[in-house]
Amino acid sequence: MNGCEITLHGARLTTLGSGALWWADQSLLCVSDLHLCKSERMARRGGPNLPPYETRDTLTRLAADLDHTQARTVVCLGDSFDDLQAAQSLLEEDRLWITRLQAGRHWVWIEGNHDPGPIDVGGSHLAELFVPPLTFRHIATHGTSGEISGHYHPKVTLPTRGRRISRPAFLVDNDRLIMPAYGTYTGGLRSHDGVLASLMQPDASAILTGAVPTRIPMPRL
Amino acid sequence: MTHLPPLFADWFAAKGWQIHPHQQDMLDRAEAPALLLIAPTGGGKTLAGFLPTLVDLASQPHAGLHTLYVSPLKALAADIKRNLTTPVTEMTLPVRIEDRTGDTTATQKRRQRADPPHILLTTPESLALLTSYPDAPHIFKGLKRVIVDEIHALAESKRGDQLMLALGRLQTLCPDLKRVGLSATVEDPAAIAHSLACHPDPCEILQADPGPAPDIAMLTTDAAPPWSGGGARYAIPAVLDLVRQHKTTLIFHNTRAQAEIFFHNLWLANEDSLPIGIHHGSLDRAQRQKVEAAIVAGQLRAIVCTGTLDLGIDWGDVDLIIQIGAPKNVKRLVQRIGRANHRYNAPSKARLVPANRFEVVECVAAIDAALAGDLDGDPRGPGPRDVLCQHILITAAAGSFDADALFAEITTVGAYSTLTRAGFDACLDFVATGGYALRGYDQWQRLKQAPDGTWALRDPRGDRRIRMNIGTIQDTDTLKVRMKNTRGGKPLGEIEEAFAATLTPGDTFLIGGRIVRYDSLREMTVQVTRDAAKKPKIATFMGTKFATSTQLSQRILRLFQQEIWPDFPAHTADWLALQRRVSRLPEPDRLLIECFPHDGRTHHAIYGFAGRNAMQTLGLLLTKRMEELGLDPLGFLATDYATLIWGLEPITDPAPLFDIDALRDGLDRWLAGNAVMKRTFRASATIAGLIDRNTPTARKSGRQASFSSDILYDTLAKYDPNHLMLQITREEAMRGLVDFGRIEDMARRIGPRVDLITLDRLTPLAAPLMLETGRVPVQGMAEERLLAEEAARLMATAGLPPP
Repeated sequence: MNGCEITLHGARLTTLGSGALWWADQSLLCVSDLHLCKSERMARRGGPNLPPYETRDTLTRLAADLDHTQARTVVCLGDSFDDLQAAQSLLEEDRLWITRLQAGRHWVWIEGNHDPGPIDVGGSHLAELFVPPLTFRHIATHGTSGEISGHYHPKVTLPTRGRRISRPAFLVDNDRLIMPAYGTYTGGLRSHDGVLASLMQPDASAILTGAVPTRIPMPRL
Repeated sequence: MTHLPPLFADWFAAKGWQIHPHQQDMLDRAEAPALLLIAPTGGGKTLAGFLPTLVDLASQPHAGLHTLYVSPLKALAADIKRNLTTPVTEMTLPVRIEDRTGDTTATQKRRQRADPPHILLTTPESLALLTSYPDAPHIFKGLKRVIVDEIHALAESKRGDQLMLALGRLQTLCPDLKRVGLSATVEDPAAIAHSLACHPDPCEILQADPGPAPDIAMLTTDAAPPWSGGGARYAIPAVLDLVRQHKTTLIFHNTRAQAEIFFHNLWLANEDSLPIGIHHGSLDRAQRQKVEAAIVAGQLRAIVCTGTLDLGIDWGDVDLIIQIGAPKNVKRLVQRIGRANHRYNAPSKARLVPANRFEVVECVAAIDAALAGDLDGDPRGPGPRDVLCQHILITAAAGSFDADALFAEITTVGAYSTLTRAGFDACLDFVATGGYALRGYDQWQRLKQAPDGTWALRDPRGDRRIRMNIGTIQDTDTLKVRMKNTRGGKPLGEIEEAFAATLTPGDTFLIGGRIVRYDSLREMTVQVTRDAAKKPKIATFMGTKFATSTQLSQRILRLFQQEIWPDFPAHTADWLALQRRVSRLPEPDRLLIECFPHDGRTHHAIYGFAGRNAMQTLGLLLTKRMEELGLDPLGFLATDYATLIWGLEPITDPAPLFDIDALRDGLDRWLAGNAVMKRTFRASATIAGLIDRNTPTARKSGRQASFSSDILYDTLAKYDPNHLMLQITREEAMRGLVDFGRIEDMARRIGPRVDLITLDRLTPLAAPLMLETGRVPVQGMAEERLLAEEAARLMATAGLPPP
């Protein structure tokens, strides 16, 4: 599989080029910040009118990852819906699609800052999930260890010979891993940002998503 | 023959003037439904256009709007107002003249709608806006004549298409409306007449005496132009000499950035402190107006300018035109030459200053063509449908409408005379619902159909949003620049957003001829402070990219074939000889490809001479083929004469790349997804009203606009590839950007005669390509390779094992 192997607190994980995290020993696939129905919320708030296809696009990619991995557990790491009203506006066919993806799987929606309440689709809804030795929660907290989180959507911009390359990225050090956003209409916070710099240890790495996931020291300048 | 009324005859006599034959012709044909007058600059064209109006208004009282004057420039409207006021005042005619442009105050605009003047001077955008009001029938009641000035400048653009649609509207409101077009020398008067006529009625063409041939030549300098670049700094002493010898000189540049740099250098060399100003579209309006006033008052000896002064503002005393850089197109050169000397029957004087050695050749070719009267131009296809979509929205803003009547009205417009009902209905459906894929979306449900079949806005308050987004000009995204101080600071002008993004605090750049230091970005405004000492980083403006006409390109290729070049300056002849020695010169019936390393990457210069758009398409198709062949291209850029492709691997066998059938196969595939198409889509989607550039709250920044338009494009391409907006994007791309026909012509011309020459360095001919802007990145495996390289380097630097 096209991915980058890492170890966090003894757990052997694979960061996939798609932006998903695969934990083979637990048959667990984790995706973060799907922001489903973002277009609906943006339009509702008078923002740009984006076509309502991002949900389908995001689910298409998720289905492909599930197909590859045959994961038994799926953890959606928060901000799965752009907000609660957006979740209500989920098209019937997309709702059915999610139901099909959930069939035969343990599916966990972690609570995010955008989607704090329970939502009207299958699966369990939790504030956080502990699967020893790792904890899955939406927002990284200082002073914890063995934590998988999302929320910040890190991205990395890298000057190379002839081009600046900007990609969503995983950030990882000995204590934590911060996931990139999986949703189609999601931006990112550059790894240079002070919040990320203070969360991550000096020897942290960034793993860029894309056709060939690439690991580099986390850029901070 | 219509005799000039005594009042007018006396006025002419008092001035010591005689009515020009074409002015008399216009008077005689005042009742013609449509008339096109072609006359050289300074030939009294404007008076010829207005004479029938003034005579009519002098002979009988008229209530309300009588004549509408439309010009492509608001500065021109102000200028004409001044010039018209003279005869009106001197003959004490009962005529009220006002202008209405983006600069007119809201109060005055409101008053004009309630109580229109006899003559209203306006722009296509302001006219479109006027037609969008429910009280349009009242405003235009009694309108008798429309004069479209500088119609050649409008006929080739979407602004012209929009204007003609608005004229169709006016014709419905005022069936007796007479149309008059005024134009300088054009290559195809019949095409312009067709666009002006109320189809299927004809439009008569009047040709005035073209006047004496211009005095046009290359500027001879002691210093040779550089190998590359666009600044023409070498010519500054010679240019200053010319400025000293003339009363007023206009110094034209093709881009604003070049104008800025040249102006800066000109001042550094201006030891006599000659008063010299700068004028271009990115400068703050107040500053521009100050310069314009100084020119009119005769206070300036020279004005460094760009296309904003292309059109006929009556400067009076301009006696020399200097064109810096190759004019790219003969018609524009002839236009600019016409700026000098507004006295009829005196030759205009112009000097061309090539900015680099390649341009020497182009300037020679252009002068030859201008003197031969061999103007260039490509026919325009049928009217673009994005403009039509906007027109339907404008119509809806004015009130409910009947689709049959609107269709009939639109097909009276020359460019839309071949529009099919199905083509119209598709646009109407798109405007009404957003088109199939977007149908489910409330925001795009703009129109509703009443039981009687008429169409109207679903939400009547939607008219405001429509009016805010009227227009077809696609500005490059710019940010305002202001001096930093506590009270907001003096506005200096605008820079491109993309350029602003490259600045970090402390960087210096040129604007309005002064060096400023970038301080911060606050709410879409770039704050700067004065900084006199440092050498500036250069402000970049995309500006207008002129495409060299194929006709000019062919002249250049023919010039290349000469054994020696006795008519060229020695440095250019030497340069071409050097190119011939180290590589070879492109030939009309062969294709030359040079392959050389530069800047750590392999570069290929492909000299197709097919014009910028075709060369751009070739770049897209070739990089796609190279990606398939594992040659890892990284990007390309296109100029009028060459495509430059860079990447990680050299081409060794060009034959499979230039297989025209394979290229044609690739066309459809890349049409679906590339940066150029996205750019086209964005422009068309904005014109068609799918993307609002302006919203009641705030103007969207370019990045926001392209963010949403790129996503729109991608998703429509994926889920609704036949959506009207994608059809329009393809039409637009084929129309201007793709020019695949020219690639096929080129392929036919060269046949199998492709020469691949591998060199160890840049060639003389390739050097100018390196400085071109408009690089298109290629997203492919080369990016993964670069990333892997950089990652390995970073890991090694950090002392970590490679992954």
